[in-house]
Amino acid sequence: MDILLAIAIMALGAVVLGAALGFASIKFKVEGDPLVEKIDAILPQTQCGQCGFPGCKPYAEAIAKGEVDINLCPPGGMEGVQRLADLLGREVKPLEAEEKPKQVARIDENTCIGCTLCIQACPVDAIVGAAKQMHTIIALQCTGCELCLPPCPVECIHMEVIPETLENWKWKYPVVAIQPVAARPSAKEAA
Amino acid sequence: MSNYIFILVGAVLVNNIVLVKMLGLCPFMGVSKKLETAYGMGAATTFVLTTATGASYIIDHFLLMPFGLEYLRTLSFIVTIAAVVQLTEMVIAKTSPTLQQTLGIYLPLITTNCAVLGVPLLNVSNGNNFVESLLFGAGSAVGFSGVLILFAAIRERIEGADVPTHFRGSAIAMVTAGLMALAFMGFAGLDKYQ
Amino acid sequence: MLAKLFKFYGGVKPPSNKTLSNQQPIRPAPLPSCLVVPLHQHIGGTPRPLVQAGDPVLKGQKIGEADGWISAAVHAPTSGTVVEVAMHVRPHVSGLESLCVVIEPDGKDEWIAHGPADRAAMSPADICQFLQEHGIVGLGGAGFPTHGKLKATPGVPMAELIINAAECEPYITCDDLLMRERADDVVRGIAVFRDMLQPTQVIIGVEDNKPEAIAAMQKAVEAQGEAFAVVPVPTLYPAGGAKQLIRVLTGKEVPGAMRSTADMGVQVFNVGTAYAAWRAIGHGEPLISRIVTLTGNVRGAGNVEALIGTPMDELLQLAEPNPDTDGIIMGGPMMGFLVPNEHAPIVKTSNCLIAHSERLFPPKAPEMPCIRCGACARACPHELQPFELYWHARAKDFGKTQQYHIFDCIECGCCSFVCPSRIPLVQYFRFAKSEIWAREKEKKAADEAKQRFEFKQFREEREKAEKAEKLAKAAAAQAAKKAAEAAAAASEAPATEQPAEAALDPAEAAKKAAIAAAMARAKAQREAAQPKNTDELTPEQAREMAEIEARRQQAGIVPEPADAQPATTETKPE
Repeated sequence: MDILLAIAIMALGAVVLGAALGFASIKFKVEGDPLVEKIDAILPQTQCGQCGFPGCKPYAEAIAKGEVDINLCPPGGMEGVQRLADLLGREVKPLEAEEKPKQVARIDENTCIGCTLCIQACPVDAIVGAAKQMHTIIALQCTGCELCLPPCPVECIHMEVIPETLENWKWKYPVVAIQPVAARPSAKEAA
Repeated sequence: MSNYIFILVGAVLVNNIVLVKMLGLCPFMGVSKKLETAYGMGAATTFVLTTATGASYIIDHFLLMPFGLEYLRTLSFIVTIAAVVQLTEMVIAKTSPTLQQTLGIYLPLITTNCAVLGVPLLNVSNGNNFVESLLFGAGSAVGFSGVLILFAAIRERIEGADVPTHFRGSAIAMVTAGLMALAFMGFAGLDKYQ
Repeated sequence: MLAKLFKFYGGVKPPSNKTLSNQQPIRPAPLPSCLVVPLHQHIGGTPRPLVQAGDPVLKGQKIGEADGWISAAVHAPTSGTVVEVAMHVRPHVSGLESLCVVIEPDGKDEWIAHGPADRAAMSPADICQFLQEHGIVGLGGAGFPTHGKLKATPGVPMAELIINAAECEPYITCDDLLMRERADDVVRGIAVFRDMLQPTQVIIGVEDNKPEAIAAMQKAVEAQGEAFAVVPVPTLYPAGGAKQLIRVLTGKEVPGAMRSTADMGVQVFNVGTAYAAWRAIGHGEPLISRIVTLTGNVRGAGNVEALIGTPMDELLQLAEPNPDTDGIIMGGPMMGFLVPNEHAPIVKTSNCLIAHSERLFPPKAPEMPCIRCGACARACPHELQPFELYWHARAKDFGKTQQYHIFDCIECGCCSFVCPSRIPLVQYFRFAKSEIWAREKEKKAADEAKQRFEFKQFREEREKAEKAEKLAKAAAAQAAKKAAEAAAAASEAPATEQPAEAALDPAEAAKKAAIAAAMARAKAQREAAQPKNTDELTPEQAREMAEIEARRQQAGIVPEPADAQPATTETKPE
């Protein structure tokens, strides 16, 4: 008798709670995913595809679903991994690929044949030109994604590291790694 | 009246659920990396704990005790807690998807949080009435949230500090938690009558 | 006279070391061996060069045209020949180069024709342009083009015009000597500013460690019958900061975010700027020289009137540096920096060169951990919390540094000066600021790239849609044409074929029509096409072509007639 009573009370409780939850799940339904926008805002928008996705938005969507790691974006650098980790509460991992210095592409105008294949490949329309006309890259718009290098049939495009000028010069981090006295003649740090 | 104050002080400080009773250490360690997530987790746990304690008291007082079914306490409390946590999850998903993403797995894990089961059980074993139950639940939750926020603030400062390599991450966090527990021992005796 | 003076929070009192260099009158500097005049010497747009290698120039001739409103012209400091317009090292802590005009003096020091401005006939806008054309920029250190500051904010009446003669940094005495010797011209320059801004009050703030300068200015003000107030302010570094001086003299506190103090009815100019403005307006002389203090580890410290573009090592020789000098500091000991390349020229904002030696400036002790003593917060004139800024800048948490108002920091160096752990706090703040600016630039570039990417996708979609539409239209036209032809031929064909043709699915007909249309187009193109390279044939090429044609005819290879193609494909099953 007791056991039946116990089962009955538990069943009653379960039914009541189940009904409440069912009602709540309809009332609190969620549409869409604003998280993707936030992730996309952190990614560097080079649309280079080095993460394996065709653009930054698809990568952001995959991260939001939790399918992929956050350390697949070399143009974002460790900086980007850190910010994604902060946003999503995930662990910071070192980058899969190597982090390269900022580069822009440059077309060797003597070799260009005007085939427009690179113009079609550039994801941000940073190449100016037309069929059988000279092509040139707008350096300010180039994101360094390197997608134009493979299509060029005469291999006239190469990457150049952006030089340090007065406009883009930055103060250096004042912290210097401490080294054992035996390795360096003077133990003074940079002031 | 003074009884209520003592219950509150006892739940928040003297018998702090995390640092004295050592319950709920999982979210304490896992969600305290950033202050914003700590606020969110604290708020969620407060809601869950207070509701769960009140509901558990009612179930115990009106369903289990009259029929002599005290042995079903754990089972029925867990079912109640699971339902309340599901509800909380849905509300958070609707109002703040970022918080849901940030809390991640720790949000549904509130169900298995030993504090969230422990507080109702402690409550009914103390023999509190309904109001006292709510106060006890709310006080424990405030204690949990308060300590979580304090710990998150300390951890954020430690992020910028020169911690020796082998201590970085969980190790220094554990050391800090231990020091905080030591500090909270100073509250002992605050809730005794005269 | 002012009712009372106010105090600003913080500040330090470093040893002033001014008696080293303020005992002698200003000496004119002899012509250097060559002059390297950087084009960009001020805040704002880079001037465009107006000369090229080989051009002769006269003293005061414009060699750089101002670019935009916030910019000023650049002039040749002496007569000579332009050697080159090329990249040369500039006096910047990075040691990087910028575009400079290198002039070889011819020794004649010949002035270009110049004369005073006719102020009565000039409107305020004309005077602003005159000052811009004569290269007048702020000589206090930042180098903001002066004409940009000579307008009151609309709706905010100008209450105070403050002339900054505080010169609070140790070692520097150029403004002191300027006021002692040339107070009359300074007062006339101040009068020019007064006429432009129409303030209620004109206050000249001088630190009280310069009694001779104060006396000289008061005498000049009285002699010219002006109502300017010459006010001694207590000697405290950095009383010469614009916001600090405003606070001391008027009690107003300029908020950190406010860039232009004109929004609060105050404007501040350096006393050297006023002098330069008068030389331009009253004599037509552009800014080609300035007074520079030469001090430090030298035997003959003093002030010289140096030409802009003089290489620093040559200029310092005038003060006879001691043999153990191992570097040159440009600026003062608090805010100046060790110049990476001593051949760099002086620019319009170079107010002092200090000869550096280990004896005078002992090497800094190594940096030790922060003990949170709070001495830096007590010293900061902007009431910031340097220890918090240091903590977050070191941890590279730049969001937090901005929360603690890092951009309000004027990098005066008070915090580094008092730190017992010898932490170079200002280096951390400079690092944080430049990182934040770099990141903002990157973010802007990323946003633009995203916009371009999204537009490219939109454009590709649009092109696809347009193509599809065109095809559909052509197909419809062809279908109509085909239907008309079929109707015309139907009257001859057996009656049974008509229903069969009419029963053709319209889609099928459209497809056929599209293919027919495309083939008709191709056929027309082939018939109309001419080889493009036969327009200008040389006789040899024409002969060669004729020979080839003849050989073809002989071999019986006749190019396929255009009509043959469609017939063969039409019989293919579809």
